[in-house]
Amino acid sequence: MQVTRGPGFLDQLDAALPGAVTGRNLEALDPWIEVAPGRIAEVCHWLKRSSPVRFDSLECITAVDWHEPDPKKAAKVSWQPRIELVYHLWSTPARVSLVLKCGLPRWKDDQPGSLPELPSVTGVWRGADWHEREVYDLSGVWFTGHPDLRRILCPEDWEGHPLRKDYVQPVEYHGIRNR
Amino acid sequence: MVEYLIDRVGLPGWLAWTAAAALAAVLILNVIAGGALVFIWAERKIAARIQDRLGPTRTGGKFGWLQSLADGIKLLAKEDLMPDGADGMLFRLAPYVSFCASFCAFIALPFAFDFVGLRLNVAVFFVVAVLGLEVFGVILAGYASASKWSLFGSMREAAQVVSYEVPLGMCVVVPVMLAGSMDMVTIAEKQAGWFWNWYLFHDPFTFVIFWVYVTCAVASVNRAPFDLAEAESELVAGFHTEYSGLRWSFFFMAEYGSMFLVSAMAAVLFLGGWNGPVPLATLAGLSEGTGDTAGYLVRLLGMVNLLGKATLGVLVMMWIRWTLPRLRIDQVMTTCLKYCTPIAAVMFAGAMLWQLFLPGGLVPGMRRPAGEIREGWLEGPGGRAAASAPTGSGDLVLVPAAQVRP
Amino acid sequence: MASILDDDPRIIEFDVRTDEMLVNMGPQHPSTHGVLRLVLRTDGEIVSEVEPHIGYLHRCAEKIGENLTARQWIPYTDRMDYLAAMNMNLGWSLAVEKLMKYEVSEKARHLRVLIAELGRIASHLVGMGAYGLDLGTFSPFLYAFRERERILDLFEEACGARLTYSYITVGGLTADLPPGWLQRCEAFLDQFEPVIKEYHALLTTNAIFVKRTANIGVMSREMAIDYGCSGPVLRGSGVDQDLRRDGEAIYTAMYDGYAFEVAVMKNGRYPRDHEYPPVPPDAVIGDCWHRFFVRMIEVVQSMDLVRQAIDRYSACKGTIGEPLKLTEKIPAGDAYLETECPKGQMGFYVVGDGTAIPWRARARSSSFSNLSVTADLCRGCLIADVPAIVGSLDIVMGEIDR
Repeated sequence: MQVTRGPGFLDQLDAALPGAVTGRNLEALDPWIEVAPGRIAEVCHWLKRSSPVRFDSLECITAVDWHEPDPKKAAKVSWQPRIELVYHLWSTPARVSLVLKCGLPRWKDDQPGSLPELPSVTGVWRGADWHEREVYDLSGVWFTGHPDLRRILCPEDWEGHPLRKDYVQPVEYHGIRNR
Repeated sequence: MVEYLIDRVGLPGWLAWTAAAALAAVLILNVIAGGALVFIWAERKIAARIQDRLGPTRTGGKFGWLQSLADGIKLLAKEDLMPDGADGMLFRLAPYVSFCASFCAFIALPFAFDFVGLRLNVAVFFVVAVLGLEVFGVILAGYASASKWSLFGSMREAAQVVSYEVPLGMCVVVPVMLAGSMDMVTIAEKQAGWFWNWYLFHDPFTFVIFWVYVTCAVASVNRAPFDLAEAESELVAGFHTEYSGLRWSFFFMAEYGSMFLVSAMAAVLFLGGWNGPVPLATLAGLSEGTGDTAGYLVRLLGMVNLLGKATLGVLVMMWIRWTLPRLRIDQVMTTCLKYCTPIAAVMFAGAMLWQLFLPGGLVPGMRRPAGEIREGWLEGPGGRAAASAPTGSGDLVLVPAAQVRP
Repeated sequence: MASILDDDPRIIEFDVRTDEMLVNMGPQHPSTHGVLRLVLRTDGEIVSEVEPHIGYLHRCAEKIGENLTARQWIPYTDRMDYLAAMNMNLGWSLAVEKLMKYEVSEKARHLRVLIAELGRIASHLVGMGAYGLDLGTFSPFLYAFRERERILDLFEEACGARLTYSYITVGGLTADLPPGWLQRCEAFLDQFEPVIKEYHALLTTNAIFVKRTANIGVMSREMAIDYGCSGPVLRGSGVDQDLRRDGEAIYTAMYDGYAFEVAVMKNGRYPRDHEYPPVPPDAVIGDCWHRFFVRMIEVVQSMDLVRQAIDRYSACKGTIGEPLKLTEKIPAGDAYLETECPKGQMGFYVVGDGTAIPWRARARSSSFSNLSVTADLCRGCLIADVPAIVGSLDIVMGEIDR
């Protein structure tokens, strides 16, 4: 009971927010639609408030770092280096799920260290608060409009974002050797 | 005993008094401290049995009966810690305040006719007042610990104990009113005979007020479900969070001492004191009045009676503790102010009217009118003074036990 | 502003306003269920604000998952919800199997149901006992552990471990049950069933317990959904959702043919397939009492499921089959699967790149979402309600911090 989007559903989304949906894969195991990063909040808002199937619950936000740190292997990979945000939504009344994907550059303006940005969905689901903090903490994505975006699992003064593929563990943390 | 020391041994009066007082103090202190150890062991065993486990089994051979002693030795050997921010003097003082208050009250508690440290004509008042002092130790401990949890604990304790003093006082006043005396010896004496002479069964109002007393007593000694001052799931350990070793154990001893005290109070005020449910001694022709071997035997039996009743009370408190969840502070206050206090007030008025209109009880002849019981042997030499002094003047007249009976 | 009043010696100012106090509840605290730290802003006994701080048990299990093969990560899922490790194993196994389009044998399927439901009982027993502790009663905790001990004995017999089992694994289970196990399991159920009445007497219907939990920490249906709450927390708010019935096909297929009722209040009443105590009049849907009660009902439901699973399992011929190789390659693609774990809906997301090692392993923790409501639920309650509310969410920090 997970496939939700008949063609009608996507057409409605397209009609309501033209240009927001940039891609789709309805044959995948969990069929997904790709959303333009800047418009994710709008899309989510529509999905929760106006869509025929109300996606009233955000289950999970995952950031997948498509990056191959090994230069030899990196030459052979088939993907574009990017950060992919995956939103798993769930509709309680209809009991169906939906997957949104959002591709972001690994670094904002290709400046290593400056985090990529996209709008926060905390205004849509209150539960997104902690999930976005976790993604920020572990994967290094900045959510604009988040009320209180700070680290949640790592200590506040931790350096780096551990789930980045090119993350290097600090040698020392407050005098404690890590490696 | 004072007379004995003066007349037979030839000690000067002040020395005889001091010696008698010291002896009484040592006796009481040791009996109660020993009792507290036994209760701690009993609590562990009872808790264990309630929880389907064994509890201590090894220390001291069978049943782990030496466990409390072993714990005590361990506590002695523990490092004595005090937080940096603590107020040193108050921090050290607090356990002793609690301990002393709790044990002081035993001075006026009669264990049997004459078996009393100091026979006071205002014993009830004395015990309740001194027991109320225990809270100071707790407040000091919480305040001096420099810990927020301790502060919470002590503030709760202050609010709770002060509130519960009100209904507790009202409950205690009812037997005082029925007996016409604040002297606990007199109160207990008036309940002599069969168990229906106990004030618990005096009239329906006293029956109800006994349960109010039980509630208030449990609350005033901080036992579950009213143990908010130490509520371990909320306040870590409440007022004694920062205490360790021997100081902590003093709080513990004070707690068990108070538990025993309020239970003994309940026994004296409502459950006939040292008078058993069946007047065995009287039926067997023994009398307490003679002062000879038979009399001592009777008193010893009475003491067993009283200790038995008090212990039963303590066991019930343990049973409650290991069964019920803890109330919340507002619910504790509600219980006190909205239920206990009004009920106690109504029952007090009821008991008063009953006493006025139905002094003989519903069944004529079942109960001897109050005041007639054993008038005869109360009026021995010295006994007259003891019996009449409390009712007469409002002054605090201290009548040592030794003077009551030659 | 200086005025003549300031100098008037007859005027004494009284300031009866009390100061607010910041109190750290945790990370070492008896009732925060592990290393949860709550910063309470209190005004006397009233809590004006609660801020949960988590991460004290963070091990970055997801990073570890990116460096191990799918089956090698199973022991790390054990250490997420260590009170229901079987269900964690199951969640990850199913997610990987979903990506690999693998189907386990019929016998293994029933054995998985059997084990997972026993795990649910064990988890709820701890949740129930620990909730008693939070409210200041110690004995139910030991009663609960007495029964849990017997489940752990059964688990130990089946897989050798008592806490971190790694029993259910990708492609099946590591071993079949030893002989005589089913009889012992049935004996346990027969012994356990009457005991549940004791729990109801000690907790569910206890007047003080009801006073402490009814109408406390009321979470509306909308709020529960908005925060992504799940499991008993969601059902306690009256949302009729249980992934064992409503989940994805690969998961519901596991429970295909099993009869059970979702423990939720529908039309003002709970399922009546067994004897449950009545709902006290003070209790409001969505409060601590209902969250607790849902767990108690689920224990009974799970017992039924275990009984059915025993029958079906013993009716199956043949073996449970072998699990997949440790180094089995995972196809490229991604799969997300949520399962109904005792604490809530535990989601696992696996991204494969064609090698044996997942490109990304993600665990969506139910307790994580359930705990995020704390700040909202605890606003304006009393200090004593904080453990009551946090306890009713039945969190486990290993799963939140991962």
